[in-house]
Amino acid sequence: MSESAKLYQVWVYLQAEPLFWLTLTIGAYLLADKVYRAFSLFPILNPVAVSIVLVSTCLIFFEVDYERYFDGAKFIHFLLGPATVALAIPIYLNWNIVLRAKKAILASVFLGVIFAVSVTYAIAFLLDLDMATIKSLLPRNVTAPIAMGISEIIGGVPSLTAIVTIVTGIIGAALGTFVLDLFRIKNMAARGFAFGLASHGIGTARAMARNEEAGVFAAVAMGLSGIVTAVMIPLIFLVIRDFI
Amino acid sequence: MELCPLLVAIFIIFVLQLIGEALQKYFDLAIPGPVIGLILMLFMLMVTKSKIHLDIVALRKNIITTSENLLKYLSLLFVPIGVGVIMHLQLLETQLLRILLVIVLGTVCTMIFTAAVFSKTSKKRHDE
Repeated sequence: MSESAKLYQVWVYLQAEPLFWLTLTIGAYLLADKVYRAFSLFPILNPVAVSIVLVSTCLIFFEVDYERYFDGAKFIHFLLGPATVALAIPIYLNWNIVLRAKKAILASVFLGVIFAVSVTYAIAFLLDLDMATIKSLLPRNVTAPIAMGISEIIGGVPSLTAIVTIVTGIIGAALGTFVLDLFRIKNMAARGFAFGLASHGIGTARAMARNEEAGVFAAVAMGLSGIVTAVMIPLIFLVIRDFI
Repeated sequence: MELCPLLVAIFIIFVLQLIGEALQKYFDLAIPGPVIGLILMLFMLMVTKSKIHLDIVALRKNIITTSENLLKYLSLLFVPIGVGVIMHLQLLETQLLRILLVIVLGTVCTMIFTAAVFSKTSKKRHDE
């Protein structure tokens, strides 16, 4: 057997192994993270987005279907649930801040979440997007594991929700400072809270890098808006289901 | 014999998620199971806050450290499901620009609105 035929045989064997795709996912992420740090956390180079592009390109190039890939990647995916439970910790550790500013936080989290969901629905509806896409877009401002859970429950497409959620985070992190400056919002707590509510973890990381107070409020906003959105969107759908 | 602290913490996180999933199924709740687990975890940490029993103090510290370590890798955990985008390339081809428009406009408006509500409601506190 020739050398290249042998190599091909090894490749055929490896690409059927879950370990191969698991390793590729971790490798792509490590590379993307390194690039991200090398460019001093430039938002467009978000490591999640870059790893998704890297892995997807590999799959399309080698004509591997998603099911085969997921057979390996599911070991990473599995940890998303426990990580969601772990999100209780940043909320708990910042609880005294929540209590100190409870009026502003309660008002902003409820009004903010209602606004976020309505504005997303309104724009998506006006642009005539189809219903499955709209449902996948609705929870896009909360952290991805929660957003995907909501999407599944209301009949969206969880993997599409994952993408739009990450893009939302990147957009918020990239434009937030400029937009809030434009509207002359100087209160650091308010700025941080807006970052966390509108662009979840990616926005929170950005806020933390710029100002500690803003970072803490961003973390609180991310956690609370995740819970409130998870309760609210499915409830709204339960109510309107009988009318549409 | 000392129990492995990491294992105990992971066990508790898993148990809370399982209870969350079970409650969601049993009561047919619309909230994702892991989010119920999150709320249970928050509740558990608050209830045990004033307990001075050494084992509980150690356990709490252990759960907090393990959770923080797990959250360090949160970004990686989105990659597998995100790669699922390759199954929606056709959908994205026709709707990509509109989806981007929803995201950019929606995010910018939400940020301004939320920041405005927050500064309006917290200003009053300073006047008190």
